[in-house]
Amino acid sequence: MNLPNLGHTQESNTRGGQFFHLDIPMLLGLLTLSLTGLMILYSASGEDIDMLQRQAVRLGLGFAIMVILAQIPPINLLRWTPWLFGIGVLLLIGVLLFGHTGKGAQRWLDLGFFKFQPSEMMKLVVPMMVAWYLHQKPLPCGKRQLGVALLFIALPVFLIIQQPDLGTSLLIASAGIFVLLLSGISSKLIVVSVAMLSALAPAMWFFGMHDYQRQRVFTLFNPESDPLGAGYHIIQSKIAIGSGGLYGKGWFNGTQSQLDFLPERHTDFIFAVFAEEFGFAGILVLLAIYMFIIIRGLQIAAQAQDTYGRLVVGSLVFTFFIYIFVNIGMVSGLLPVVGIPLPLVSYGGTSMVTIMAGFGILMSIHTHRKLLPA
Amino acid sequence: MRQAIKDHNKEARLFNSRVLLGLICVVILLSLLIGRMAHLQLDNHDHFTTLSEKNRVRLLPEPPIRGLIFDREGRILAENMPTYTLVIIPELVEDIENTIASLAEIIEISEYDITRFKKLRKRGRRFHSIPLRYRLSDGEVARLAVDRYRFPGVDVEARLMRHYPYDELSVHALGYVGRINERELAHLDQAQYAGTDYIGKAGIEKAYEKLLHGEVGYKQVETNSRGRILRMLEYVPPVPGDSIHLTLDMDMQRAAKVAMNGENGAVVALDPRNGQVLTMISTPEYNPNWFVNGIDTARYNKLSQSQEQPLFNRFLQGKYPPGSTLKPFTGLGAMELGLLDEHDHSNCHGWMTLPGGERRYRDWKKQGHGRTNMEKAIVESCDVYFYELAMKMSIDQMYDFLVQFGFNQRTGVDLGGESSGLTPSSEWKKRIKGERWYLGETLISSIGQGFNLTTPLQLAVATGTLAMGGKRMYPQLLLQTEDTLSGALQPQTIKQSHQVTVNNPENWAYMVESMLKVVSSPRGTAHKIRSKTFTIAGKTGTAQVFGIAQDAEYDADKIAKKLRDHALFIGFAPVDNPEIAIAVIVENGGSGGSVAAPVARAVMDVYFGKKP
Repeated sequence: MNLPNLGHTQESNTRGGQFFHLDIPMLLGLLTLSLTGLMILYSASGEDIDMLQRQAVRLGLGFAIMVILAQIPPINLLRWTPWLFGIGVLLLIGVLLFGHTGKGAQRWLDLGFFKFQPSEMMKLVVPMMVAWYLHQKPLPCGKRQLGVALLFIALPVFLIIQQPDLGTSLLIASAGIFVLLLSGISSKLIVVSVAMLSALAPAMWFFGMHDYQRQRVFTLFNPESDPLGAGYHIIQSKIAIGSGGLYGKGWFNGTQSQLDFLPERHTDFIFAVFAEEFGFAGILVLLAIYMFIIIRGLQIAAQAQDTYGRLVVGSLVFTFFIYIFVNIGMVSGLLPVVGIPLPLVSYGGTSMVTIMAGFGILMSIHTHRKLLPA
Repeated sequence: MRQAIKDHNKEARLFNSRVLLGLICVVILLSLLIGRMAHLQLDNHDHFTTLSEKNRVRLLPEPPIRGLIFDREGRILAENMPTYTLVIIPELVEDIENTIASLAEIIEISEYDITRFKKLRKRGRRFHSIPLRYRLSDGEVARLAVDRYRFPGVDVEARLMRHYPYDELSVHALGYVGRINERELAHLDQAQYAGTDYIGKAGIEKAYEKLLHGEVGYKQVETNSRGRILRMLEYVPPVPGDSIHLTLDMDMQRAAKVAMNGENGAVVALDPRNGQVLTMISTPEYNPNWFVNGIDTARYNKLSQSQEQPLFNRFLQGKYPPGSTLKPFTGLGAMELGLLDEHDHSNCHGWMTLPGGERRYRDWKKQGHGRTNMEKAIVESCDVYFYELAMKMSIDQMYDFLVQFGFNQRTGVDLGGESSGLTPSSEWKKRIKGERWYLGETLISSIGQGFNLTTPLQLAVATGTLAMGGKRMYPQLLLQTEDTLSGALQPQTIKQSHQVTVNNPENWAYMVESMLKVVSSPRGTAHKIRSKTFTIAGKTGTAQVFGIAQDAEYDADKIAKKLRDHALFIGFAPVDNPEIAIAVIVENGGSGGSVAAPVARAVMDVYFGKKP
């Protein structure tokens, strides 16, 4: 492989005085967010200490993975990228062939000792792959390279849609596309693709979507049409958020969440619990924490020293924002119900581990920069 | 082969500009979210607070107490009995299987109880009590009280349960209540039945469901996180259902049942002046109390598969050939149409044939009745006389006259599921069978055979109409309703359904006189039921269940019971001023005069025995 030599040598020249290759501001941001998440979860779970403990253990695991990944020099990540991508695609095919079915979708691969969701891994590997490819090309890339890059995105997304897992494929597609956008493809091309996508939307509606997905869109626009069925989530969630008001009903005092009216209240709809108990003021604080993480992330992306690092970090940070936007948009009735958790707050392990791994890569890229000559 | 050299500085600048663009997008989208939150939490806060309160505050239904049912003398037929029910609150019990097993050592718990409990448990909520055993005896309650400490979450509740103190007697008229099933749930007013377990399933209980049920009440309560009640905010008491007084007389019901002597059939007696039904019984009967809390499958199968068909409502749905009991009506019709009078005679020698025909239309009396006029034909029930009458009277003339008495149509009684019977006409046969009408069919129609089918209730109504000179009343079981709270009585209005056209009242008087002689004359077919205290007019009938081959002998002793003729009797009393009209059918009873007529007499005895 003919890699451009950027003057990296492993291990040497890394910034001194760093604590285990961690970025302290980012670490503090993530810790604050995680603790806030645990606090909401404690209330959302109906003060279930076992659930809290399980989530804390997962968070610990997530942080551990982040720390481990942060130690790996980016040059190694760069070298492993195509291999990881190849393995990932094979695993996705494996899922479709031998996968374990849960809740109507085939997502899991049972490896005997633990169940593995290859699509989670692809949330990181797809943007890495696109970045790896573009890293070798002069940017902005030509149309042919763009086509190849799109193929790297489309293949795993296609495989994941078959499972079917709309939320994950959406996240992976956006992660890959973010890399392309950040790499500087011409704005004309962006405008044309957006226009084409809008034209394709009706076709998607009729041929590409499952009935339940169409139902979700209907429900979004008119939840009252089916108050006890598909519209129930949205109605109850909006009631929870709206009744929270400016300062909220107080911790543990959200009637919607505590009296069991709000479904999925500790997983996908946990934001509604937060909004009910801490109100508009609380939401501003939570969003501020998220914004701190995003801005710090973009700062790190801007400071990255090579194309690969820049593109990977930038894409991961914007994808992180997509999580937040889609989840809050869905809970507040702006977007259809798509199963995307609120990062580091929703109860559940798989996606959290992926997100923390992403931050591990981000820290690795940031802390393995070579010292610039004074 | 490299096409161009990477310009790292330029790429970094390009990247940074794109990051900035992305950040702007992020800020815009974030503002959108914040705007959405402000819209929900600040602008519409009050609206959503109201909705959230609505979630938190619950309306608990308070079921009304069901109205009672009485007979015409005020005897209670359906009541609400406080019974002790063993209940389990699943939430408070750790091992339900084990608890039930231990309870079964103290009191009797059947397999059926356990299956029913499991079914109810699936529908109920964890903190609601679910019945395991109904109708605990005092002894069982005492035994449970001793061991109470061993069973947390097990309780004995007093509940009101529908109970029918007369058990079987009158079940087909009275009906019963049972648990609301899913099909019924889909059709009824859910709010009114919130909290009610039972609904009328048959008979009066079903027909007057709305009156008996009452109005549901509500408790407005505040509930905590588990849905448990914290305090009551408002209370709207339920309005109990009206009580119903029926026109039935239980003494007459019992007399009818006893007189039926275990045979299958039906008895209907009504007051022809107002249509009030005094007796209405279908035998065999079954116990409505079995159905109240759900009948077990074995017992239900036994009932529904029984040859005797106890579940079948014979007086309302049983369709029987009226046989000779139709003769007074066809006879009167012929006279009213001027086709013949009392001086016209037939010469009966036991059978007749149609001109040019081979088939013998036989009289029940092999040797014949000899010279017979209308009166003799009624008193001795001569068939040949009516065959000759039928040669003069068309089937459509017969049809037009008969329907005026209520045949071929529902009587309009206040019970559901009534059959309309069948009175043939040429138009009917053309429509249903696609064939023209044959004269021979008119012959057998004139004696109530052939296509003719009537319900016992129709026969009673027609008899009453004849007794009243053509005045036909709607039969009804509701005497009056009683407001449970105030005790105010509301009598049911009496309604006439039709007046038969009368051409010559003397014809009517002649027919009544002939029917009187059926009982009073020593030659009359119902002479054995004559009474010294009151006069009875009547007509016997013996309806063929299956056709007898030409020239074959009918020997009641030799053929299977179920192929034997049905015995019928219609009658009214007293003849001058009729107060009671009656129709009796004894399935496969054989002779109307000796089997069915005595049942009518027994019922009339009770009726007149009560008069001062």
